[in-house]
Amino acid sequence: MKRLLGASIPLLAALIAFLFGAVMLLAIGASPWEGLKALLDGAFGSADRLAATAIKATPLVLVGAGITIAFRTSVVNIGGEGQIVAGALLSTSVALAVPDLPAIILVPVVLVAGLIGGAIVGAIPGALKAYASVNEILSTIMLNIVMVQLMNYLLRGPLIDPLEVEAGTRIPQTERLSDNATLPNIVPGVRLHLGVLIAVLAAIAVYVLLWRTPTGFRLRAVGHSPDAAKAAGINVKRNITTALALSGSLGGLAGAILVFGSEGQRMVTDGSSAGFTGSAGFNGIVAALFGGLHPLWTIPSSFLFGALLTGATNLQRVLQVPAPIAIAINGIVVIFVVSSGRLREKIDRMLEARAEFDDTPSTPETPAVVEGAQS
Amino acid sequence: MSDFFTMSILVATVASGIRLATPYLLAGLGETVGQRSGVLNLGVDGVMQLSAFFAYWTVLETDNLILGSFVGVGVGLVMGVIYAVITVVLQAQQGISGIGIFLFGLGFSDLMFRRQVGTPKPANQLPDVPIPLLSDIPVIGEALFEHSWLTYLAFAMVPLLAFMLRKTTFGMNIRAVGENPQAADSLGVSVGWTRTYAILIGNAMAGLAGAALVLELGIFQPNLTAGLGFIAVALVYFGAWRPAGVMSGALLYGLVAAVVLQWKAQGIIPRSASDIAAMAPAVLTIIALVVLAGRVQAPSALTRPFSRH
Repeated sequence: MKRLLGASIPLLAALIAFLFGAVMLLAIGASPWEGLKALLDGAFGSADRLAATAIKATPLVLVGAGITIAFRTSVVNIGGEGQIVAGALLSTSVALAVPDLPAIILVPVVLVAGLIGGAIVGAIPGALKAYASVNEILSTIMLNIVMVQLMNYLLRGPLIDPLEVEAGTRIPQTERLSDNATLPNIVPGVRLHLGVLIAVLAAIAVYVLLWRTPTGFRLRAVGHSPDAAKAAGINVKRNITTALALSGSLGGLAGAILVFGSEGQRMVTDGSSAGFTGSAGFNGIVAALFGGLHPLWTIPSSFLFGALLTGATNLQRVLQVPAPIAIAINGIVVIFVVSSGRLREKIDRMLEARAEFDDTPSTPETPAVVEGAQS
Repeated sequence: MSDFFTMSILVATVASGIRLATPYLLAGLGETVGQRSGVLNLGVDGVMQLSAFFAYWTVLETDNLILGSFVGVGVGLVMGVIYAVITVVLQAQQGISGIGIFLFGLGFSDLMFRRQVGTPKPANQLPDVPIPLLSDIPVIGEALFEHSWLTYLAFAMVPLLAFMLRKTTFGMNIRAVGENPQAADSLGVSVGWTRTYAILIGNAMAGLAGAALVLELGIFQPNLTAGLGFIAVALVYFGAWRPAGVMSGALLYGLVAAVVLQWKAQGIIPRSASDIAAMAPAVLTIIALVVLAGRVQAPSALTRPFSRH
């Protein structure tokens, strides 16, 4: 009973969030039933739409798996947006610098550049937390703001498409990047590129890293109890930095995939980070939480939120309901998932009287950071 | 003549700095009250976006700026009730649930704006209300005493909140539940209710900050705050959890922003560099956090939910 309840909490949270979504639809005078139909049709209605959902899910899987590393180390990473932008900027610069490398080399090179860009921007708040006791929630958020401005500066200035300058239109975007850097399609006839596969593999790699390697053991030990880890001879400071660097690197990889999997094959800014990332840095947190902070569960969970995002685009097209409704629903999901730990405890206590003895944990153990014991 | 010209630019820059500091100050002061009670609210930015939209919409429909400001506060209070349920009753992790509030505010204000207004339309702006006599003082009169009444209110809140926190029973209860909730509880102070009131004050002020931001501009656009609410949270650390400290931080940020705007207008810095200049608040915050880390003491129970067992 408890086990069933534990697994159903995220689903319950999603259901409640969707009920709120229905209320929002009613409030703006749209039919929730038609809304749901448009949503599902938009997300799953055809092979192309399914592919679009998978493409939308890709950065969420990566950011979500990265978030898992950070949270399992009891470090909060809210810097996904900045890390995505950093990876995109570095990989774009590399593609502009060496456009003539053959695809078999250039594709891996730009992806690694993305990883490095994200890792740098992740390592900064990590090191600041470890060595200067700077609250990482604040520093990651501040770096988001910094990276957006850096993106705007670079795309309006040094990296701008020379044709835009010539024409005087000055749209802040790079020139069309080398075709050799384009992520190849993996399914003939459908727009589904290699990035989707890479994201799934990366999430599996994170699972292996966390539970099958000494590095992962150290990270989780630090997350479980920094004092105990220190007593066991683990370098807590270095592991905190590592956790945020790794977490950031996956965001950076997502950034590279966003650029080289894009239809325009270039990096564009509308002045905001959401304009480039589609808020994947935040939505990845939602997907990770919804997946119980387990890297493998992040995959289906991201697919669900990818579906919500593509579905919302269709909602806008069919019912003129603005697509940001998806972001609002995501916010409600976060609130319910993080509130539900306590909720579950309360329900558990109510059930305690008649529940049989059952000592199996109801969900994968949750690190202290999500339970509110963070200092 | 040239002296007069420089002087008038200086006065205008200081005045604009004070104006720009207002939303930071209101939101930062509100967050200070919440954090002194042990509750971190990272959702300030989302609350500000929601209240900014509803205040703007109200003014667009009714032309009533006072009503718009009250609507902003009302939206803040509603979000405060929700946040109190999440953090006090359900004891959720505060950092992450704040991000939930932020996402909801970002998405819902955008949704409502696109659905109900569509394209940005100008609404009435807050008028400047010169204070009689004081505004006649040469130089500083124009810089300090010709602002909107929300700006005066924000600065008046500084001593009021400082007094409230330091001298009143309610303020002492807030500090007690933020430092040592177990001890406060054993002395008969209701930790839950005290934190709830602090959250409501904080969110109401965030709501007013959103209204002040949008009504000063007279126009709304999605993601209007562009991270202002997050910087307001950082200002609380910057100001070492004291209203006067938060005010100095807000003024510093406002003045830096005003100087950058002024330079841009005068062409002292090229247009392309203005993006770099726009990093200033965030970079300044990171530097301040590094310098202040370990030197200022956060409320001991900050982010820790309280339960008796």
